[in-house]
Amino acid sequence: MKNVLRLNSIGAMAVRILFAAVAAFPIVFMLVSSLKPDQQIFGDMSSVAAFLPIGNISLDNYAAVFDRVPAARFLINSVGISAVTVVLGIFINSLCAFALSRMQVRGKRVVFTAILATLIVPFQTLALPLVWWVNQLPYFELNGFSLEISKGWLDTYQVQIIPFIANAFSIYLYHQYFESIPKELDEAARIDGAGWFKIYRQVVMPLAGPATATVAILTFLPAWNSYLWPLMVVQSEELRPVMIGIQYFFQLNVSWGEVMAYASLITVPVVVLFIAFQRSFINSIASSGVKG
Amino acid sequence: MNKRFTRILATSIAAAALMGSLAACGKGSASATSEGGNEITMWTHNAGNPDELAAINSIVDKYNKSGAAKAQIKVQAFPQDSYNDSVVSAAAAGKLPCIVDIDGPNVPNWAWAKYLTPLKLSTDLSKNLPSTVAKWEGETYAVGYYDVALALFARASDLKAAGIRTATVEKPWTKEEFQDALTKLKALGKWQYPLDMGTAGTGEWLPYAYSPLLQSFGGDLVNRDGFQSADGALNGDKAVEWAAWFRGLADQGFMAKKSGKDSTQDFLNNKSGLVYTGSWAADKARTALGKDLAIMPSVDLGNGPKIGGASWQWGVTSGCKNSEAAMDYLSYSLKPENIAAVAKATGTIPATDEAAALLPAFAEGGENRIFMELSRQQAVMRPETPAYPFIATEYAKAVQDILAGAEPKTVLDKAVKAIDANIKSNGGYKN
Repeated sequence: MKNVLRLNSIGAMAVRILFAAVAAFPIVFMLVSSLKPDQQIFGDMSSVAAFLPIGNISLDNYAAVFDRVPAARFLINSVGISAVTVVLGIFINSLCAFALSRMQVRGKRVVFTAILATLIVPFQTLALPLVWWVNQLPYFELNGFSLEISKGWLDTYQVQIIPFIANAFSIYLYHQYFESIPKELDEAARIDGAGWFKIYRQVVMPLAGPATATVAILTFLPAWNSYLWPLMVVQSEELRPVMIGIQYFFQLNVSWGEVMAYASLITVPVVVLFIAFQRSFINSIASSGVKG
Repeated sequence: MNKRFTRILATSIAAAALMGSLAACGKGSASATSEGGNEITMWTHNAGNPDELAAINSIVDKYNKSGAAKAQIKVQAFPQDSYNDSVVSAAAAGKLPCIVDIDGPNVPNWAWAKYLTPLKLSTDLSKNLPSTVAKWEGETYAVGYYDVALALFARASDLKAAGIRTATVEKPWTKEEFQDALTKLKALGKWQYPLDMGTAGTGEWLPYAYSPLLQSFGGDLVNRDGFQSADGALNGDKAVEWAAWFRGLADQGFMAKKSGKDSTQDFLNNKSGLVYTGSWAADKARTALGKDLAIMPSVDLGNGPKIGGASWQWGVTSGCKNSEAAMDYLSYSLKPENIAAVAKATGTIPATDEAAALLPAFAEGGENRIFMELSRQQAVMRPETPAYPFIATEYAKAVQDILAGAEPKTVLDKAVKAIDANIKSNGGYKN
C-alpha cells in the first residue's frame, strides 16, 4: 500500500515536472538563443542543444540590440506608462466599485450592468474611432508662465495611459471582493465618525489586498504588452513603448539572436512582477472564483 | 494599512510626475508632425534598419544644409512591419506628414484614398527602372531609389555533383528542367527537402514571391484590362495548373509545406540545396559561400520567367501645406550619388544606370549586376489598382489553403468571388 502511494506521488511529480518543462521550454529557448549567433541557433534547432547555453556563447546580441533600438528609452517609457496606468487604475476602479458596492444609490444596478456590458466590445472595433476622438481633445501645456491650449492628444504619453485607466473587469473584480467584506465594518466606522472616503481608505481597501494585486497584474500586462494602440497614436520614437521595438528587428534579413535578446529584455520585468505577486494573485483568483 | 495607502498615492503622484517630465523630453520631437514654421516631416519605414536610415538621414542632412533648401526636412522612422498601420491611423486622424515612403504596390490604393498627390519633380524619371516609378491613372505618384529582385540560389558544387546545368538570365530553367533538377538534387540524399520556397512567409511575401510563378504559367491576380474582375485570370485553366504544380512540389517531397522561418539561413546551414530568395540575401550568401554561390533566374514556367517588381518608394501627401518644398526635396534626393548611397547601404538594385555606375557590384560585370538585369527584363508590377491590398490578402489566403491541401479550383474560385465582390462594393475603385 505504501509502495503504491509512493508510486502515485512519483507519477504525480513526473506529470508536474512535464507540465513545468513544457511551460518553461519557450522561455529557456529564448534566453539561451539570445546568447548564440544566428547560424548556431538554426544549427542547434533539431537537437537538445537548442536549450543549452553551449557553443559560441556571448552577449553580442544584447550589445547589438542597443545599437538597433533605443531599448533603454522604450523600457523606461513602458515602465512609466504601465506604472501610472496600474496605480491610477487601482485608484479609479476601486473607487467606482466601492460606490457600486457600498453606497445606496438608485440605479446602481443599471450602471453596473452597463459597465459590464462594455466587456463585450473588443478594443479593435473601437480603436479607429478612438483615434479620431483623442485627436479632438484639448491638450494643456505650461509654457513658461502661460498656459497653452492645443488640440489633439496624438503622440503624447497621456494618450497611452488615460484611455486604459477605467476598466470594467477591474471594477467587477473589486466589486465582487468588496461584496465579501462585511458591511458591519462600515457601520462601525460610521459610528466612529468616518465618512465614505475614510471608510474606503481605512476600512475596505486595506482588506482588499488580494484584489488589488490581481487588478495590478491584470492592468499591468495589457499596458506592458500594448502594441496596436501605440502603433496608431504615437509617431515619435522617444514616446514608443517596448512592444513596438520588437518590429525593429523584422527586416529583410532577420537577426534572430537579436530578436531573442530583445524578447528576453522585455520579458524579464513581467516574470519578476509575476513572481513577486504570485501568492496574492493566486489567493485572489481562488477567493473570487475568477479566471484571469 | 493607512500608511500603505498613502504610499500608493504618493507612488502614483511620483509616477505621474515622472511621465510628465518624460513627456516634456519627448515633446520636442512630438511637435515635429505639427510641421510648424519652415519644417516639413518625412516618414520612413526604416526604424531598426540602421544602414538604410543612416543613408536617408545623410541625404536629408545634405539637403537641409544646402543653401537651396526650401524647407528643413525632419525624419521620423517607423518599423517596417507596422508602418502601413501607422500611416492609415494618421490619415484617419488627418495627421499625415508631408512626405511618406510607400511599398510600391500600395501606391494606387493610397492615391485612390487621396493620401497622395501626383508628383511634380524636376528630375527626369524616364531612365529609371520601370519598377521604381509608381503610376496610377496616368499620373506618377511615387518614385523609389531602388528595387529588389527574386532569384534562385544554389551551391555550384551541388549542381555539378547532381549533373545539373547552371541556369542563366539568357537561358533560365524550363519547367521540365526544374523538375529534373529537383529530382536529381533529392537523389543526392543531402537534404530532406532540396528546395526551399520560403513557404513559412506571410503577408506581402506570398503575392510578391508566388504571383510571378502564376504569371509565368499564364495566369494573373486580376484581369489587367480595367482591373474590374479576377474571373478567368485567377481561376482559369492556367491558374489551376499553377496551383496544382505548386502543391505538387510539396507532394513530391521537393519542398516543405511550411519551411523554416529564415530560408536563407537554412540554405547557408545546408538544410536545403536550392532556395528561392532575393537580391537582399546575396551579400550574406556570398560572404558565406564565396565562389560556390550560384545565383540563377526564376524558372520559365511557360510564359517566360517572371519576378515581382516595385519596392519602397517616396510620395507627397495631398494635405501637405508646403508641397513645393516636398517636391524640391524629392527631386534633390534622386541625384545619382544619393541613389547609389542608399543602394550601397541596403544592398539593393539602384534605380538608374548612372547610380549603378557608381557601385562596382552593380556596374557592368559586377557580381550583383544580374539582379539589375533580372529587374529590367523579368519584373512584373503587381496589379496597379487600388484593389491590390485586398487582392493580395485573398491570394495569400489561397496560397496557404492550396499548400494545406485544399482543392485548387475551389480555393481559386472562392478568392475570385471575394475579389470581385470587393471591387464591386467599392464602385470599381474609380478615381
